[in-house]
Amino acid sequence: MPKLSNMSYKNQRILIIFLFSLVPVALLLTFSYLPVFKMFQYSFTSWDGFSKKMEYVGFENYKTIFTRPEYFAVFKVSLYYFFATFVQMGLALYFATILSFNVRLKNWFKGILFFPTLLNGVAIGFIFLFFFKPEGTLNTILDLLGLGAWQQKWLLNPNLINISLAFASVWRYMGMNFIIFLGAISSIGSDIYEASEIDGANRWHQFRHIIIPSIKRILQLNLILAVSGAIGVFEIPYVMTGGSNGSGTFVIQTVDVAFKYSKLGLASAMAVVLLGIVVLVTILQRVLIKEEK
Amino acid sequence: MHTFKYSAASFFKYLTLVLGALMALIPIAVVFLASLKTNAEYASTGPLTLPENWLNFSNYTKAFVDGKMLLGFMNTIIIVLISIAGATLTGSMMAYILARFKFKGSKLLMGAFLLATLIPGVTTQVATFQIINSLELFNTRWAPILMYLGTDIIAVYIFMQFLDSISESLDESAMLDGASYWTIYWRIILPLLSPAIVTVIIVKGVNIYNDFYTPFLYMPKSDLQVVSTALFKFKGPYGSQWEVICAAIMIAIIPTLIAFVSLQKYIYNGFAQGSVK
Repeated sequence: MPKLSNMSYKNQRILIIFLFSLVPVALLLTFSYLPVFKMFQYSFTSWDGFSKKMEYVGFENYKTIFTRPEYFAVFKVSLYYFFATFVQMGLALYFATILSFNVRLKNWFKGILFFPTLLNGVAIGFIFLFFFKPEGTLNTILDLLGLGAWQQKWLLNPNLINISLAFASVWRYMGMNFIIFLGAISSIGSDIYEASEIDGANRWHQFRHIIIPSIKRILQLNLILAVSGAIGVFEIPYVMTGGSNGSGTFVIQTVDVAFKYSKLGLASAMAVVLLGIVVLVTILQRVLIKEEK
Repeated sequence: MHTFKYSAASFFKYLTLVLGALMALIPIAVVFLASLKTNAEYASTGPLTLPENWLNFSNYTKAFVDGKMLLGFMNTIIIVLISIAGATLTGSMMAYILARFKFKGSKLLMGAFLLATLIPGVTTQVATFQIINSLELFNTRWAPILMYLGTDIIAVYIFMQFLDSISESLDESAMLDGASYWTIYWRIILPLLSPAIVTVIIVKGVNIYNDFYTPFLYMPKSDLQVVSTALFKFKGPYGSQWEVICAAIMIAIIPTLIAFVSLQKYIYNGFAQGSVK
């Protein structure tokens, strides 16, 4: 092998650009772009994932998704998680704001609020299974507070199950939003606060006119992530309920359709629809952000 | 009046903080309490009752042995180490050529990585599964490793940000000494990138350790279980032995807790940098 240092820098440059991008690009094509292409292809077939030949069925799979209510119902479940994201971001913004000013035991509070985000998703599923059990933590606490009448079968009542699951999801991801907001707020120079205080601004004014405008982009980014996050919910409901009792999400359904019922064509069409929604929301968001500027 | 208003606001502030902290801690704390109870004790006491013997670790032994948690940790460690080493290398290489050389197609390359992150991974899983299958990687550790290896734009961004702060005159003086680009990358750039590497390791490490979907789908073989899938297996057979499940939950959480307490500072930075695109 010729020594690199004997080559001219021009040739070295070509070689190193080629070599350094070879593996990443190969992985990118194989695991990001090829699947998208294949997914579109499968979505027009009735392939089961095993047989040698794929039968082309046109838009049959798409028709199934949009006409059969059992396939479309999962989007309603996503709405619970979507609304929960607003609660989650509101809480995160509140805690990030007060913890970016002087507070006693600041680092302790920061650590405790952030820690749940680092936990294993399966562990969180179990923790909340335990929390929502009929004889579990939540009902015991309610009893202790004299609110025994509010006790519920949190995961058995079809009206409450998705709210309970979305609550677990808020618990899990709040810390993530919190730490991002905290980072963004801490990048605001302290002189701006001082100047505003001289002008007689109180905390609310500072929040409204300094903090919110400076973290606007991150708020918007989090909103985009909220949509794809709400549709991509998998672990918590899968571990806690297996998707039963009306708590099945889009991903649970796709996994079931593809791997349990071997309807790969249909599952691919579902994935295409999902991708379409996410892309649409992203474009919409981009356009809206641009218009504001 | 002013002081009253001020102290009321201050009271409210601390009240909400304490409530928030309790909300974050109680669900975990009760699991910890349950993990130390005996079966009979668990059945007869409520979740908030303290265990009789704080040193009753029999559930932990049972969960660790029956759940083959050691195997789970071994597999997780192998996967985490290989994927992170690979992702750090490929990510820093990409960042190096993108930051230091202006070449045709560099914009396209950057755009291709960026676009890929907009495709939610869960949507393409069905097709990805077929690719893994046709590569004959199903039920091998290489399936998740290859998927985690994929260079993500966040890592590339973090590296590029740091590269901007490393002066190019450093590269140039090395070139005057006759160093090749490889030597510059390996001997100068990579060591200087270490703060960024720590960030990438933490963000990726946490994600891989906590991932359930990928190993669950691609490595169902029980010899290949990782911590997440090992924990998930407690679901059916231990339905009536919550004290054992609780111990298993704690076993999965404790490494995270240790990592968090010892790396707190880096973790905060890592997540703040990793998520702000």
